[in-house]
Amino acid sequence: MDALIVFPEPAPPELAQALDMGGWVWKSAVDIDSARREEPAEGWMGAVIVAGDDPDDAFRFCRAIRSGDINVESVLLLINGGHLASLDFRENLFDDFCLHPFHPVEFEARLKHLFRRAGRAARAEVIEYGPLAMNLETYQAVIEAKPLDLTYMEYELLKFLASHPGRVFTRETLLSRVWGYDYYGGARTVDVHVRRLRAKLGEEHANLIQTVRSVGYSFGTSRWV
Amino acid sequence: MSREQEYVLRTVEERGVRLVRLWFTDVLGRLKSVAISPAELESAFAEGVQFDGTAIDGFSRVHESDVLARPDATTFELLPWAQEDEPSGRMFCDIDNLDGTPFEGDPRQILRRNLQSAREQGYSFFAAPEAEFFYFASGDPSLGKPQPLDSASYFDLTTSDVSSDLRKRTIHMLEAMGIPVEYSFHEDSPSQHEIDLRYTEALDMADNVMTLRLVVKKIAMERDTYATFMPKPLNGVQGSGMHTHLSLFEGETNTFHDASDEYGMSQTARQFTAGILRHAREITAVTNQLVNSYKRLAETSEAPPFVAWARNNRSALVRVPVRRQGKSESARIEYRAIDGANNPYLAYSLLLAAGLKGISEGYELPAETNVNLFELTDLERREIGVEPLPRSLDEALDVMEESKLARETLGDHVFEWFLRNKRAEWADFCAHVTPFELERYLPTW
Repeated sequence: MDALIVFPEPAPPELAQALDMGGWVWKSAVDIDSARREEPAEGWMGAVIVAGDDPDDAFRFCRAIRSGDINVESVLLLINGGHLASLDFRENLFDDFCLHPFHPVEFEARLKHLFRRAGRAARAEVIEYGPLAMNLETYQAVIEAKPLDLTYMEYELLKFLASHPGRVFTRETLLSRVWGYDYYGGARTVDVHVRRLRAKLGEEHANLIQTVRSVGYSFGTSRWV
Repeated sequence: MSREQEYVLRTVEERGVRLVRLWFTDVLGRLKSVAISPAELESAFAEGVQFDGTAIDGFSRVHESDVLARPDATTFELLPWAQEDEPSGRMFCDIDNLDGTPFEGDPRQILRRNLQSAREQGYSFFAAPEAEFFYFASGDPSLGKPQPLDSASYFDLTTSDVSSDLRKRTIHMLEAMGIPVEYSFHEDSPSQHEIDLRYTEALDMADNVMTLRLVVKKIAMERDTYATFMPKPLNGVQGSGMHTHLSLFEGETNTFHDASDEYGMSQTARQFTAGILRHAREITAVTNQLVNSYKRLAETSEAPPFVAWARNNRSALVRVPVRRQGKSESARIEYRAIDGANNPYLAYSLLLAAGLKGISEGYELPAETNVNLFELTDLERREIGVEPLPRSLDEALDVMEESKLARETLGDHVFEWFLRNKRAEWADFCAHVTPFELERYLPTW
């Protein structure tokens, strides 16, 4: 699957959340070396680079990409409004930029636009796992070819879980990645929604979502084992 | 437009939804619906749907009578009973005044306001009801005494299968609508069933109770039978209640739990319970709002009319379930008076407010009551400090009218409307000659 490289590591939480919600596959890199080490055989589909308080590191990373040290097709730069002037004479370092802090809808739109333009499939538009299929373009989910009627949060939770089969997530992680960091109501919300999702999946498929005792939840099994 | 709203619009488009039903609840807890076409949905999200509040009990005021229904996109569900070729969906609505302020007569907004004040104190409030109801051959009172499905004189086995099948279909439909069912079983009385919902946050649960009552009735109707949540439809057998489990969370922590306490109850749980007990008499007119509700409370089994608490004592108003070791999450208390003919938004608001009052004022929890209160006389109960709940709607309204807590929790508008409406119901009842009187007095006098 086409993956994005994100700089720096750790990625700002709102960025991590936006990428996860958008269903992007991504990895964050602490420096140029680690981005090179982890590079997939076909290269990175794109890079999202955050120019923080000191944008120089970010520009160094961009330069490494442009010089071919890291194999990346397109670069989206996130930059703080106060540093806009530093973009002068550096237009060659990025393909598009977005003000940081960003609006999630704008960010998503820019990502999609950029990677379409670069001529690659933006991302997997369909998640399939066993009897489950989710079309991320139309927001529709089916189980054994029968439509699943989900609320928005149920849909987002299932999408997140089904994008990471086999991985165990704590309630806190699910809460922050799916609901957002400021969501009030606590980890119980996750239990309630998992139970609702299982109810809708039906008895036969309820066990697609497993409870991992005293840890959290996981979906299906990893395709790598 | 929010992501939730976008999602609903997209789903409506993709699934070819023909009709969107906007649901809301009147002061008495009856479900109301306005249907709009998908074309109107976007403006319904943006501006709300204007309708005439005077058409609906409790939503009426002398002047400015129009209100706005604002659909809550997070509650959008496709209705599983809509025909395949004509899918329809529903959303619960909040009702606003035309100037955008919450409408004082909207029970859902009242619960929202009370949950918000709990939230400001750091609490989220969870509820889980046990809904009891009867299946009858018909709901038409002119046909005389209601006929249970499984006490019919022939085809007993077959007919009792009918009611179990109805219950099973109901559960499947609830689950398909994202309302998880914890348990369900045939209750004590003929044709009486119980469905226990799995706990969720109180606003969602109030929505779920509204949906549950509709689904139960709908499925019964499909099979030409009738389901009822009337508290006491039959003489001589137990009535239907809606025992409700309550708990209060602070972030991840169940604030009711304390492993070191002999009852497993935290200080918060004790104070909350004390608040509910102290104000129980004031909120009974709402948790048990029908003349008929007090016929259930007058019987001597599952419906405890005495203000007391205990772990294992069916005669107490509040039960504190004994938990298995390590199940701190499930710490809760069970309020047993409430029946199925309630308005869940108002009932949960009052239960929450009474409990929170216990916490903020530091009420002391009285000792557990281990005697069977039904076996004591009024005097003996008074000696151990156990008061009875109001014995009639009339008495309950008298107590409520004096309650500052009830007035503040419901707001002046609903508080006053409710009392007026229920006083009128009581007056009608008092002037009505009942079958009891005819049977007893006509032959003698």
